[in-house]
Amino acid sequence: MSDPILSVRNLTIDIPMSQNTMHAVRGISFDLKRGETLCIVGESGSGKSLTSLAIMGLLSKKLQRAATRLDFAGIDLMSQKLRQMRDLRGNRMAMIFQEPMTSLNPAYTIGDQLAEAYLLHRKATRVQARMRAIELLGKVGITAAENRLSQYPHQLSGGLRQRVMIAMALMCEPELIIADEPTTALDVTIQAQILRLLADLQREMNMAMILVTHDLGVVARVADKVAVMYAGEVVEQGTAKEIFGHPRHPYTRGLLRCIPVPGRSKPGEHLGSIPGMVPSLVGRVKGCAFRARCDVAEEACTAAIPERRMESGHAWRCIHQAAERLSP
Amino acid sequence: MLVFALKRLGLVVLVTLTVSLLSFSLLFMSGDPASAIAGENASASDIEAIRTLYGFDRPFLVQYGDWLSGALRGDFGQSYYFKLPVSTLIADRLSVTMLLGVCGISFALLTAVPLGVVAAMRPNSFIDRAALFLSVMGQAMPSFWFGLVLIVIFSIQLNWLPPSGSSGWQNFIMPTVVLGYYAMPAIMRLTRAGMLEVLGADYIRTARAKGASEMRVMFKHALRNAIVPVVSLAAVQMGFMLGGSIVVESIFALHGAGYLAWESIARNDLPTVQALILIFSCFYIIFTFLSDLANAWLDPRIRVG
Amino acid sequence: MGTVSPAAEEIRAPSPAALLRRRIFGHYGLVFGITVLFIIILIALFAPLLAGHDPYSQDLLARMKPPFWMNGSDPDHILGTDHLGRDYLARLLYGARISLAIGFIAALISGLIGTAMGVAAGYFGGRVDLVVTFLINVRLAMPVVLVALAVVAILGGSLHVVVTVLGLLLWDRFAVVMRSSVLQVRDLEYVNAAKAIGCSTRRIILSEIMPNIVNNLIVVATLEMAHAILLEAALSFLGLGVQPPTPSWGLMISEGKQMMLFEPWLIAIPGIALFILVLAINLLGDGLRDVTAPENRG
Repeated sequence: MSDPILSVRNLTIDIPMSQNTMHAVRGISFDLKRGETLCIVGESGSGKSLTSLAIMGLLSKKLQRAATRLDFAGIDLMSQKLRQMRDLRGNRMAMIFQEPMTSLNPAYTIGDQLAEAYLLHRKATRVQARMRAIELLGKVGITAAENRLSQYPHQLSGGLRQRVMIAMALMCEPELIIADEPTTALDVTIQAQILRLLADLQREMNMAMILVTHDLGVVARVADKVAVMYAGEVVEQGTAKEIFGHPRHPYTRGLLRCIPVPGRSKPGEHLGSIPGMVPSLVGRVKGCAFRARCDVAEEACTAAIPERRMESGHAWRCIHQAAERLSP
Repeated sequence: MLVFALKRLGLVVLVTLTVSLLSFSLLFMSGDPASAIAGENASASDIEAIRTLYGFDRPFLVQYGDWLSGALRGDFGQSYYFKLPVSTLIADRLSVTMLLGVCGISFALLTAVPLGVVAAMRPNSFIDRAALFLSVMGQAMPSFWFGLVLIVIFSIQLNWLPPSGSSGWQNFIMPTVVLGYYAMPAIMRLTRAGMLEVLGADYIRTARAKGASEMRVMFKHALRNAIVPVVSLAAVQMGFMLGGSIVVESIFALHGAGYLAWESIARNDLPTVQALILIFSCFYIIFTFLSDLANAWLDPRIRVG
Repeated sequence: MGTVSPAAEEIRAPSPAALLRRRIFGHYGLVFGITVLFIIILIALFAPLLAGHDPYSQDLLARMKPPFWMNGSDPDHILGTDHLGRDYLARLLYGARISLAIGFIAALISGLIGTAMGVAAGYFGGRVDLVVTFLINVRLAMPVVLVALAVVAILGGSLHVVVTVLGLLLWDRFAVVMRSSVLQVRDLEYVNAAKAIGCSTRRIILSEIMPNIVNNLIVVATLEMAHAILLEAALSFLGLGVQPPTPSWGLMISEGKQMMLFEPWLIAIPGIALFILVLAINLLGDGLRDVTAPENRG
């Protein structure tokens, strides 16, 4: 078994507010190996994006990040200086963002923006950077790549821009790529193409990938591992097989009930939905955050919830032993 | 881009024509220009002679057409007071005013843009507050009074700089500061506001995710986008500054076109005044036209159709 | 991080009025601007009571008395006397009247012109908008100081002429701001609703549109008032504005200029007064903009 490329233990993110503190991410832990895809799922506001920004070291200065361990390829990210983080970003770890329409600088050509990371991190000439850019545009399936280099972002469609963003992230062959809802802003037909592209490239380049999404259909197709986040916590994580086959946490099961399954759900049938609201994360958060919406909540849920962990690594935070027999 | 330029050019011509009509009709605001020139003690026949001599007896539009066609050839008629062609008079003085304008806008940009960027990088910091303080002061300070204060301090008390004249570069220091400080606050505020807006943009996060340094993020990625409206403002301010040079030049007795304007207004030398109004307007029109072109060039969304 | 349920923070949410009050009093610039402007207005109103001297009466035997902080000052003339022996304090206090009157009336005239043009352009669009935009362009191209000086020189300098000329010249910013403000609210639901139930154009503009853009109008009006005050001072300083012996601050600086070599306080006093007045009005305008549209703070 190889060492994980990314190892996270007890990552917390606090957002200081005028009088109180919002505990937006609380005690996240996971490992990721080369060539693996981890999908982080959860509804908006569950802390998925903050977690990915925290790994990249891109959180706003006002937010406080803490962790007992945040290792990337043997480097302790918590102790890295700003300069050292810059040498990693865009080079050994790269990120793809949610909004392709606004994530490219409108003032520079595609070619300039693609070349930038390469020129920053490699001792390369402009010509070499240009060749590399053409190569990668080809890889992400953009035709007539040479002509695209001199175009500006506003001349490209959303799908093309996201392909450019992917190419840009891959310029320096990163070992870890974090994609934060890369398809949310795109048309449904384009979404599938972009996801397939990402999955193919990840396999081809043997990268570790974190894919943040709230789309379980996506997860089912590409994930090796899944982490389910709710209100700033990972409530359940395991292999894709475990999560889809034997979900343990009531929230995971609730999520799975929300996706239509061809053949199993009848036309016109109501899809499941989870009633209730996400609790406030301002101030001290006690007990299971999901209990207000949980069918099987009881008195004991207000106390601290220990994590249960199987030999395989399948882990969840719920006191209910019997959870397994409830089928999804 | 070409279509855009041509459309703007059409507007430029139209605005220039209207301004020329307005500045020409200034001559007739006082009622009868002939009696104005002749002076209070002139007899009726004297006034009549002047009227035919200057052609005031012709219809207004004919006179305007005459003046305009002359103006297009660079002939603005004779100065009543200096007894010289107005164009020679202005040509002699214009270089001083242009130099002053260029120095003033450079001073304003070189102080306002870096200050605005630094203020936006650290909102509510000491530098931000200091920059805001400077701009609030600048907007409330009457420039003619600021000029006098500088003269009192640097010419009279310290004896470092000449209080008036236009013989050497030392003469331009105080006028540059006064004129530049007049334009600085608006440019500073616009730079700061633009930077604050741009710094929240997604592509700034992308640049950081690439591993670009903070300097590179600020100046290559952010300022490049925030500077577009600043260019327009600087052009407008430059136009205003040339118009405002009349105040500064008269304080420092700097013999430029502004000083000439003050002299000719004080002496009722209307042909010179008309020509100066038209020329200052043209400068403004040209500057804003050029800045529109510069903006179109800076913003690829306009440049590449 | 959008999904935070109504928690402690929101339950104690203050009422809008209280919030506005807190914003106003939390804005030091605005508080300073209002206070100082209010004091200057009081001074202008009660100038005859406060001055103790007639600002026009000359006393050639008591010329150039220094102000109280210098040697040889006369307790009867706290701020000294000018080159004609007129009490400087009295001239300063009466000068506040001139500046305020000019600023107020010029802003009123230009506000009426500019608002009418801007609202028409924004509301009707099309040709009206083209014409107004063109006029704004023409106006911006004309050098204000030069044209104002020339016109005042031709018509003769007096308070009325200066106020009228400034009022006719300074409407551009009103027109620009009102035009864009109307464009922002023109197609909102309640305006369309008013159109749908057949309200007259006049009614729509006056009762549906104007109340929503009056904030911007007030902000521009304060800033243009400051602009007019500065311009009047500059014109009078150049000798082509308000004519002597009117106690205008610009004129006082101009008269003091002859003697600033030996008596710099002659220009310092009216200059500082002018600076404080304009500063107060600008801070008031900036503050109003921040308070009424906190999202545009920048």
